[in-house]
Amino acid sequence: MAESHTIKHHPALKHHFDTMEQQREAGTIGMWVFLLTEIMFFGGLFLAYIIYRAKYPAGFEAASNTLDVYLGGFNTVVLILSSLTMAMSVYCAQTGKQKMLIVYLVLTLILGSVFLGVKAVEYEHKFEHHLFPAVGFYDWTHEPGHDPQLADQARIFLWLYFAMTGLHALHMVVGAGMLLVLIYFAWRGKYSPEYHAPIELGGLYWHFVDIVWIFLFPLLYLLGFHLGGH
Amino acid sequence: MEATAVSTATESRENYLNINYGWKSWLFTVDHKRIAILYLASITFFFFIGGAYAGAVRLELLTPAGDLVQADTYNRLFTMHGVFMVFLVLIPSIPATLGNFLLPLMIGAKDLAFPRINLLSWYIYMLGAACIVYAALAGGVDTGWTFYPPYSSIYSNSQVLAAGVGIFIAGFSSILTGLNFIVTVHTMRAPGMTWFRMPLFVWATYATSIIQILGTPVIAVTVLALALERLFHIGIFDPKMGGDPVLFQHLFWFYSHPAVYIMILPAMGVISELIANMTRKKIFGYKFVAFSSLAIAIFGFLVWGHHLFTSSQSVYAGIVFSILSYILGVPSAIKTFNWTATLYKGSMSYETPMLYAFGFLGLFVIGGMTGLFLAALGLDIHLHDTYFVVAHFHYIMVGGVLMGYLGGLHYWWPKISGKMYPEFWGRLSALFVFVGFNLTFFPQFLLGYMGMPRRYHAYPDDTLWQVLNVMSTAGASVLGVGYILPMLYFAWSMKYGKTASANPWPASGLEWQAASPPTTFNFDTTPVVTWEAYDFNHVKELKEGNSASPQEQTV
Ligand SMILES: [Cu+2]
Repeated sequence: MAESHTIKHHPALKHHFDTMEQQREAGTIGMWVFLLTEIMFFGGLFLAYIIYRAKYPAGFEAASNTLDVYLGGFNTVVLILSSLTMAMSVYCAQTGKQKMLIVYLVLTLILGSVFLGVKAVEYEHKFEHHLFPAVGFYDWTHEPGHDPQLADQARIFLWLYFAMTGLHALHMVVGAGMLLVLIYFAWRGKYSPEYHAPIELGGLYWHFVDIVWIFLFPLLYLLGFHLGGH
Repeated sequence: MEATAVSTATESRENYLNINYGWKSWLFTVDHKRIAILYLASITFFFFIGGAYAGAVRLELLTPAGDLVQADTYNRLFTMHGVFMVFLVLIPSIPATLGNFLLPLMIGAKDLAFPRINLLSWYIYMLGAACIVYAALAGGVDTGWTFYPPYSSIYSNSQVLAAGVGIFIAGFSSILTGLNFIVTVHTMRAPGMTWFRMPLFVWATYATSIIQILGTPVIAVTVLALALERLFHIGIFDPKMGGDPVLFQHLFWFYSHPAVYIMILPAMGVISELIANMTRKKIFGYKFVAFSSLAIAIFGFLVWGHHLFTSSQSVYAGIVFSILSYILGVPSAIKTFNWTATLYKGSMSYETPMLYAFGFLGLFVIGGMTGLFLAALGLDIHLHDTYFVVAHFHYIMVGGVLMGYLGGLHYWWPKISGKMYPEFWGRLSALFVFVGFNLTFFPQFLLGYMGMPRRYHAYPDDTLWQVLNVMSTAGASVLGVGYILPMLYFAWSMKYGKTASANPWPASGLEWQAASPPTTFNFDTTPVVTWEAYDFNHVKELKEGNSASPQEQTV
């Protein structure tokens, strides 16, 4: 009896669950529900974007052209690659390839850090050019040949740019922290084909954050690109 | 010899309350029942703070002139009343206490799916509450609980930021509770506990959780935007800088209308339990009641514009929102009719929970019907921002929600504490609350209809207006006594109350098969469910099989 008991209960099984399957399912549904709340959280900003974009097309176009589409594009590629390595690490966890699991997790972490580094460079450019909407914003209305309305409109665009990409970057930082924890436990050999739910859940989160960027990139960077270019 | 063994066994039977003592065993608990108690204590505390603000507001309105406080203080009083009551009391009230305590018990689980996240949600709640208490101590907020910009973002010289941060933080507590409940209902049901065997309280809580996870993130990002606007003055809600203040109202009500259903849906769930169990009758139209909860949760998201009939919203949008608001009355009406049909020829008994349920029915119907007045485009132009609105939403949020909350607390008190509350005092409190409530808020319908605006510290020197205001203030005192009474005798019963049996009413539902109070993991063995919800023949069989049932109820 005692033997069958130990066979049945995986060490990672928490006391209030009956089976590993139930525990895994709870984790998965929990993550999906969490991602739903995330969609609604970003949704408020997307709504604000849509409304002001429709209201102020000219200001949005002008402000969008101040963004560096090449850095943004580079970051998009980096993030898509990181999604690939994340998917590979889930695959390795499922098939019990312990070493490759760690390699792919570390690769994902590196790609995520590259993204954040590039983002920091972009933010710095904005500060230098006084395009940060809150402090020391450069008032365009003083320049000749500019519509005085445009400064306000551009400020709203840049506010949305910083709010949306800032929140996204915050999610990336959280994701990087999560990867560190996953790498630590993977290195300790905690994950196996029987138990790798944290890797799967981490993967879901990481892909979600990537998908948010897939929407942000065209809305923010490509908006003015096809109209004026650099 | 045997008798003493039995009696000591019942005395010292291990349960979730006596398993260990000391503050650490409470502050680090992951037991859903103990976390429910933590919430109960904190919510009660904030309820009395919010109540004190309301008392000050009512005192000021005794006379037409502003002689107790002036406009500025008065603004802070009613704002803090609203902030405490909405965000720290009503939103978490039933889900975080009764829901936390009962959800796992009702579906035959050992705990919620994520016990540690459950504890975390209480800490987040307390952190948010600390910010709001700081805002209150540092002078309060004067914007009204709705925080409309640009007043809140630019002109107000009050603690908007601290309160906003508190609401932002407390929101995540609500989200995590909802997430936990949804996952628990999906994955933790005992064998045989199919979706359509679940008690209606579980359905209502599930529907509430949907609103919590979908609505709360929107208010979070809205408050975040408001806070940034106030800090850096970016102009997102400032018309002078190209921003749109009405956008804030849209986002705010996208959450805050459904938030009313976060409050009332769990109360409806409680009422379904009370009515079915106190009439010992299978609830009429189980599936209709269950699905009407989901319908309310979903359609509740489509009516927010009825708060913007006078805020530059297009008339055509207004028409759509008005029609949708009317349609939303249908699922509530379905519930009310089904409850009434259940009462018909039921073998009723009139203990305290049932009295609260009757009170709920009366007040909810008045609150709901007057909601239709306000959803009517033309009539709302007259009634908007008057005391009619104040009376209407208090009938729902106080008359409805708090009646359900108190009724539920009485009904499940034997399970929570293992003790019976004193029935006489319970009935008295129900009477005080019902009479006090109506005396407080019915005059406000009349005042509002006559044109008294809300949020003013003074009103014209008119005898009728003053008489109605005095009635309202008098009623508030009666209501206050009605709320203090249960707190006193619940505390009293913990020590001196009669020991409760496992199923004192007797009632259906798995929670009544666990001991009173339950053990830490609720059930000794995972129950297997073979009966439908509210199957009272099954309850009878259980009773007959169990010779040790100490308390017989006259049915
Ligand atoms: Cu509403």
